[in-house]
Amino acid sequence: MSDATPDSTPGWTPDQPMVSIKDVHKSFGDLEVLKGVSLDIMKREVICIIGPSGSGKSTLIRCVNALNDIQKGSITVEGIEVNDPNLDKLALRKKVGMVFQQYNLFPHKTAIENVMMAPLHVLKQPRQEVEERAYGLIKKVRLEGKEHSYPGELSGGQQQRVAIARSLAMTPDVMLFDEVTAALDPETVKEVLVTIQELAEEGMTCVLVTHEMGFARELADHIYFTDRGVIVEHGPPASFFSDARDPRTKEFLSQIL
Amino acid sequence: MPGAELPVLLPPAPPARAQGDARFGLKARHGLYIAVLFALATGAAQAASDAGLPGPFETLLKWVPFVLKGFGLNLVISFFAMLFGTIAGAALGLMQISLLAPVRSGSWLVTQFFRNSPWLVLLFAIMLLFPFELDFGFVVVPVPDWMKAVIGFSLPIMANISEVVRGAVQSLPSGQWESAESLAFTRGQTLRMVILPQCIKRMIPPWINWYCILAMATPLASIMGVEESVTYTAQALNAEGDRPELIWPFYLFLLLIFFAYTYPIARWSIRLERKFLVKT
Repeated sequence: MSDATPDSTPGWTPDQPMVSIKDVHKSFGDLEVLKGVSLDIMKREVICIIGPSGSGKSTLIRCVNALNDIQKGSITVEGIEVNDPNLDKLALRKKVGMVFQQYNLFPHKTAIENVMMAPLHVLKQPRQEVEERAYGLIKKVRLEGKEHSYPGELSGGQQQRVAIARSLAMTPDVMLFDEVTAALDPETVKEVLVTIQELAEEGMTCVLVTHEMGFARELADHIYFTDRGVIVEHGPPASFFSDARDPRTKEFLSQIL
Repeated sequence: MPGAELPVLLPPAPPARAQGDARFGLKARHGLYIAVLFALATGAAQAASDAGLPGPFETLLKWVPFVLKGFGLNLVISFFAMLFGTIAGAALGLMQISLLAPVRSGSWLVTQFFRNSPWLVLLFAIMLLFPFELDFGFVVVPVPDWMKAVIGFSLPIMANISEVVRGAVQSLPSGQWESAESLAFTRGQTLRMVILPQCIKRMIPPWINWYCILAMATPLASIMGVEESVTYTAQALNAEGDRPELIWPFYLFLLLIFFAYTYPIARWSIRLERKFLVKT
């Protein structure tokens, strides 16, 4: 969240896009999921990717932190080329935090341990410092008192907030949210959205794949609509929702709004 | 429409148990059946015994320490076979999930070979192929038959534990791997800190199960002349001379010993399994 990014790649400056996606193609076997997707994300920007299921939106953000590889095109994060065969995955993943639909907390560890594990064992930071930060993050996601609960003892919304804190513990520069409210009860969706909203307001760069249109309209700087592996239409929320031009966007919006 | 039967949707059949998870279904009443049979057989033997000879129960009592001594060797064989089988099986199981295709397929082949070979065949092969002593140049270590039996039994245990490990690792949701990866854990760290700790719980019940199966299988070694409880029981019967009425009481008694040993273990395993099911 700080402006200083001491270990960013030489040649990259904060006025360039933080994440730059250029003509990305991705296939699973014969199935082409991304057919030439390009978009830029600037620092402190919040972008939402919406679209029907199977349109490739989750795949796209999974490619950004190299959970999926790409066949063609280029993705850079602060100047790091993700598609480089000699990619330093540690350097990339220090910059990119990811939160999943199914939370994916480690069920054998308490909430605070989940948050502390990666900084301790991956970044090898001193325990005291990590612990302080972890308690701070748990407080930030409003789960004070739940530090020593196991994921199984927490509600879906609470687990998802622990997952957000766990990701933030790595002090990423950009956060990817992959349909993070899709598996939640309606009443707990809000608490997770509030957490993300606070993050965005603090200036965190956020990429959300979401079906929460109200949230996207309110918070996003830019909305991208994907269908069948391409970006069909994009724009700032005001114009995107009111004067969508492409028939596919119109149809999708009419179904979902 | 009187008498017309409306079609109903029947409840789904209970899911078939996964392979390698054949529960050791011992129940307390099984012990009772054996005990009743034992009492009946002893009574019948009493009636069939020639007058003047000591009664069957008395005779059995005389041989109990001898049979128990043999049973001790069954336990020793089962302990060591489990120990070696577990160590080798854990390694083989981890090789089965290696990222290197040759390691993966090689360990799969070894696993399948030993898992699907009859235990007795493996035992015979080891007994006959393994040297009776190992010459290390500076020291010659004798290998008694019971040690060969240990090796013979640890092979199928190894293969089955290998499958338990592989199955447990693969049963975890892939999200665990992905979230660890997104937090920049290496594969080794992910295995060590995220995957295996969760697998241990899942592996303990089948592991205990395999121990029970192994303990029950150790009498196979008697065929190869290892002096364990079945061999000793046969020797005791021989020593009593021509008294066929003793056969039932003696072997049923031996069965009771095995039951008394494995039943509590099987119960404990089921309890653990329930406990692990509730809390994750």
